[in-house]
Amino acid sequence: MKTNMRSTRDAYGQALLELTGAGAEIIAVDGDIGSATGAARFASEHPGRCLNVGMAEQNMILTAAGLALEGENVYVASYGSFLVGRGYEQIRSAVAIPGLPVKIVGSCCGVTVGEDGASHQMLEDLALMRVLPGMSVLAPADYTSALALLKGAASSRGPVYIRLGRAPSPDIYEEGDRDFAPGGGRILREGSGVTLCCCGIMVSEALSAAKVLSSQNISAEVIDCYSVSPLPSQMILDSFHRTGCCVTAEEHFSRGGLGEAVAALAGESYPIPVKQVAVFDRFGQSGSPAELQEYYGLTASQIVSAAMQSWVMRRR
Amino acid sequence: MTSNLSVTVESAAEVRRDVVRMIGMARSGRVASALSIVDILVWLYGEVLSVRPDEPAWQDRDRFVLSKGHGCPALYAVLAGCGFFPRDELWSYGRLGAMLQGHPELRRTPGVDAPAGSLGMGLGLANGMALALKGRRSTSRICCLAGDGELQEGAFWEAALVSSRHDLGNLLLVIDRNGLRGEGAAGEIVPLDSLKQKMLSFGWSVEECDGHDFESLREGLSRLEALSGRPRCLLAKTRLGKGISFLEDDPSGGRMVLDRGTVDKALLELEKEGDLL
Repeated sequence: MKTNMRSTRDAYGQALLELTGAGAEIIAVDGDIGSATGAARFASEHPGRCLNVGMAEQNMILTAAGLALEGENVYVASYGSFLVGRGYEQIRSAVAIPGLPVKIVGSCCGVTVGEDGASHQMLEDLALMRVLPGMSVLAPADYTSALALLKGAASSRGPVYIRLGRAPSPDIYEEGDRDFAPGGGRILREGSGVTLCCCGIMVSEALSAAKVLSSQNISAEVIDCYSVSPLPSQMILDSFHRTGCCVTAEEHFSRGGLGEAVAALAGESYPIPVKQVAVFDRFGQSGSPAELQEYYGLTASQIVSAAMQSWVMRRR
Repeated sequence: MTSNLSVTVESAAEVRRDVVRMIGMARSGRVASALSIVDILVWLYGEVLSVRPDEPAWQDRDRFVLSKGHGCPALYAVLAGCGFFPRDELWSYGRLGAMLQGHPELRRTPGVDAPAGSLGMGLGLANGMALALKGRRSTSRICCLAGDGELQEGAFWEAALVSSRHDLGNLLLVIDRNGLRGEGAAGEIVPLDSLKQKMLSFGWSVEECDGHDFESLREGLSRLEALSGRPRCLLAKTRLGKGISFLEDDPSGGRMVLDRGTVDKALLELEKEGDLL
């Protein structure tokens, strides 16, 4: 495992360049924010393939849907807060209901966008996208998995939402690893004491938490649930059978995200305690990414604490 | 190649009768709003749009985007009249499992090129389609039919800026200027004065015409076609509930539910219109 730090959002421009370099005819719809999303990097090399429709998220989605109606392979990216927030109804009506394979990229999500504050810190995108039938919802943990998922989405037959973050996060996977797909997950550490289901920046926190738990003789199984919808259900259930208890961890509201998806799976198929590490019923605020992670409890120590509580209630 | 639909008052009256029958049977649908666009649709499908009813997904067809999705009974009746699907489908409009949904849906209905239902989104979709076609140097055109009521939606104006920015000369926007919104008359809710000037200032070529007069529609389009480069907008003055006197004067703004009695009354008026020919 490496300790190199990279931001998942930087994978976007790279994915567009690599796809185009490999012969795919991609169109990227930009909302005058290409320097933040990485679309500008793509536009500078392939100006004809990047369409800047201005700072108008509703229209970004509609234009992308119109392009997809004509069979174009379309990516559309902006700040998650605005693309998913303002564009939600267009995503629902013009992308999800007709089932168009538009790749929606929510960049700079979560509290770790930092100083910009609550308006920019998207914490409900997974919830909004997860409720839409047919929408694949992906929340990669590092640059390599983000790159693979962004590139893989090009061949998707249905709509895809990919959540990216701005703050650099530790590399989890080996460079070039491409074993990621909607509905998939990755067991990063095997264990039989507690299942840690996590996504995004919380994957590296869960791996740190697993080391601490190990010192307490609780072996944690860490699953990178980068596919929030569809969930890697069988992988998670198999783990539940081994451990009998679970903690979920995500940089998202506790409502509607990975935690509730995992809890619903447990309730339906194998009832066990599921404790959540997430942002509970409050918006973000300004601060450094590290401060905010600490303040909102999105840390390894919170996972350890939740794991201890879950373990006490474990199903035997 | 256009469809076999004849652009006559008679065939428009037949479409109107089908609209009234459909909505009467379904007991649901905005009849007055559908009737205001019948003549525009008959004209478009009869002599403007190049389509193949027996090959709905024909790649070189002209595309049609109905932005005011609630006007779909008129679109369905016209599509059936063109032969996109059997006319019998009209009678299950809005029913469970029907080909013809309460608002247009992609893939369910042959001839429907874009989803609709949420107002104000048609032009944005049409832009995307027009950009794709322009990018591949297709000669196909896109026609989007929007209602004036839905111009309250911000997304329409976002899209209107983009159409001109990209010089979408392959795009024709027809605005059904029936002067009515969801809950009342134009101007009472949000003023939409100087619509022509608004569109001109957004970089469009604009012409006005009578949306119930085929000759006026033809002239309007030919004046627009003489201008090149810019996206084209035809402001078609129409009357809500056109063709049925008690709907034209309906103060409820076209929300009247058609019961058996009003359906018969409406059909009788439309028969008279046919008889006069």
